[in-house]
Amino acid sequence: MHSLAFDVSHTLAGGLVLISLMMLYQDRLYSLLNVFALHALVLAFSVAWQAFIQDAPHLYVTAVIALVFKAIVIPVALHRIVKQLGIHRDIESAVGIGPTMLAGMGLVALSLVLMLRVTSDADPLAREDLAFALSVVLLGLLVMVTRRNAVSQVVGFMSLENGLVLAATGAKGMPLVVEISVAFSILIAFIVIGIFLFRIRERFDSVDVSALDDFRGERR
Amino acid sequence: MTLSFFNPVTAVLLIPICSAALLAALPGYLVTARLNVVASLATFLSALSLFVVERPAPGPYVLIDDLNIVFIVLNTFVGFTTSIFSASYIAHELESERLTPVYLRFYHAMYQIMMFGMNLAFVSNNIGLMWVAVEVATLTTVLMVGIYRTHAALEAAWKYFILGSVGIALALFGTILVYMAARPVMGEGQDGMVWTLLVERAANFDAALLNVAFVFLFLGYGTKVGLAPLHAWLPDAHAEGPTPISAVLSGLLLNVALYALLRFKILLAANPASIAPGPLMVTMGLVSLIFAAFMLYRRRDIKRLFAYSSIEHMGIIVFAFGMGGPLANFAGLLHMVMHSLTKSAIFYAVGHISQIKGTQRISRIRGLTVTHPALGWGLVVGVVAIAGLPPLGIFMSEFLVVSSTFARQPLLAILLVFGLLLAFGALTLRLTSVAFGEPRGSTAPADASYIPMFAHLALVLGAGIYLPAPLVVWFQHVAQLLG
Repeated sequence: MHSLAFDVSHTLAGGLVLISLMMLYQDRLYSLLNVFALHALVLAFSVAWQAFIQDAPHLYVTAVIALVFKAIVIPVALHRIVKQLGIHRDIESAVGIGPTMLAGMGLVALSLVLMLRVTSDADPLAREDLAFALSVVLLGLLVMVTRRNAVSQVVGFMSLENGLVLAATGAKGMPLVVEISVAFSILIAFIVIGIFLFRIRERFDSVDVSALDDFRGERR
Repeated sequence: MTLSFFNPVTAVLLIPICSAALLAALPGYLVTARLNVVASLATFLSALSLFVVERPAPGPYVLIDDLNIVFIVLNTFVGFTTSIFSASYIAHELESERLTPVYLRFYHAMYQIMMFGMNLAFVSNNIGLMWVAVEVATLTTVLMVGIYRTHAALEAAWKYFILGSVGIALALFGTILVYMAARPVMGEGQDGMVWTLLVERAANFDAALLNVAFVFLFLGYGTKVGLAPLHAWLPDAHAEGPTPISAVLSGLLLNVALYALLRFKILLAANPASIAPGPLMVTMGLVSLIFAAFMLYRRRDIKRLFAYSSIEHMGIIVFAFGMGGPLANFAGLLHMVMHSLTKSAIFYAVGHISQIKGTQRISRIRGLTVTHPALGWGLVVGVVAIAGLPPLGIFMSEFLVVSSTFARQPLLAILLVFGLLLAFGALTLRLTSVAFGEPRGSTAPADASYIPMFAHLALVLGAGIYLPAPLVVWFQHVAQLLG
């Protein structure tokens, strides 16, 4: 059971969880973006490895999309946006790093317990992949919740989507439609986000979402 | 047979997409607004022809059955009437310079893409494709909610985008889990995503995995339905976007998400070992209903008021489907249709009212029945309908929900009735202040299109007085399908 195929994919998926945890304590936008690029890189390797061991050549496409688009294009573009907006100072996180890390560990434990318990019949490779994928999804959510900055919320969202790609590739033989749609949705999402970031900047001179809260409709 | 060339399913999808491309390219307000109406009418007519033309056999991607045909027709009908309303509404926005012609092209193209997304979600037989379609519909509405580019509109769009994306991510995870649960039985590949095949063989799926999948799907699509703890995006998005979008958001997009949920509920019901989704849905439905009913009292913004009313009614519908059984399912279906028609009619009225008065604040709107009788009385009828008074259609469906609940779970019925009465009180309170009394605000004559609003209200009234027998039989059949 513990063949090379299993060990390598296990290492890569575990690495993704670890990098997700690293995202939690980055306190600068540039370093957060770099960690996200690393996240996408490991994801690309993981997907490529799955393509190899499942003998599913279409997954290589997903791996290339992850590598080119998520590990290179988006981080570079976000770097430029951050530079143009002049917001490369500290990230204002809503919760301190200590509690965030504890919550992160709790979420990983929760997803491992949950997924390993309900998938006891599935083959071990798929079930551990799924457990790790859920951890990445939940940690991405945590990043979104604990950050106030719009750019870091977006990074959290994209790491969440990486978890979804991991889950989709781990599910053996899942039709291509989903992988393409995930990549495609990130593309659209990025366009949307790009437009919004500039509009928010234009309106508020800041991308701090808490500046938006002052304009809640009810308080007019 | 000349008809054999005509395939209504492709038409329902192709007309919106082609007209979206055309609308994006064409300049000129009058032409595009008319083209939007014509395209929506053509889509509606081809949806109607689904009743006549022989249905295509369920394929790997497309499925037309008794359940979704109702929703496709309802969807395209409200899409058509909203396009008429939108033409006159947007003309006013252009005059008052809240929108520029460039944004208008964008708006019309997005409107058609949104219709495409919703129709695709309804006809898709593939749970992955369905997910993609819901995502497309959501992203286009996000862009439209932010179209005014004011502080509040941007905040609403951003919040909608973030919460909606998280919801859709959870739904995708749930979809993957369904595939994982199906794989040992269905084998690898395409078949594991085709809904009709999944339902056929669901009895042998791994129940534990299916349960977890449903929880994710429920939270994910439930965010889009606007159920109580996950509803935060809904009031903002409804209040800040252009009113035609509020009408389709309330009337249609919530239905799309709920429809996706119902498909998975049927899937779960086919597996005897899995949990019954009922209690979860009943709880979330009741919480939404009572929470929204309390929130209705403190609203000062008229569009926000009706947004919370949408949460309330989604709560009732989810509650009804959670109760299950032929009668409650029938009531839930009827309520979905009636709510779509009524709520969009209300938003048509509210859109013109807030344009005339130049405000959405309830305290600045008074005496509408005196100054603008047609709009004012239209709103009165709409609110009376949405509050669930006889003889309108929503009374019928609410009565059925309550009576079927009393027969089975009297305690839950008390909570349900409490929520309904609470909401009823709030709506009457607001209605009397807005519709009657000394007129306040601008009394300029309304340049409104009344036909969509009164057509909807007439349908709701008609359904309340007399439901045609074939429709009843149809709904009963669908209610059986839902289990």
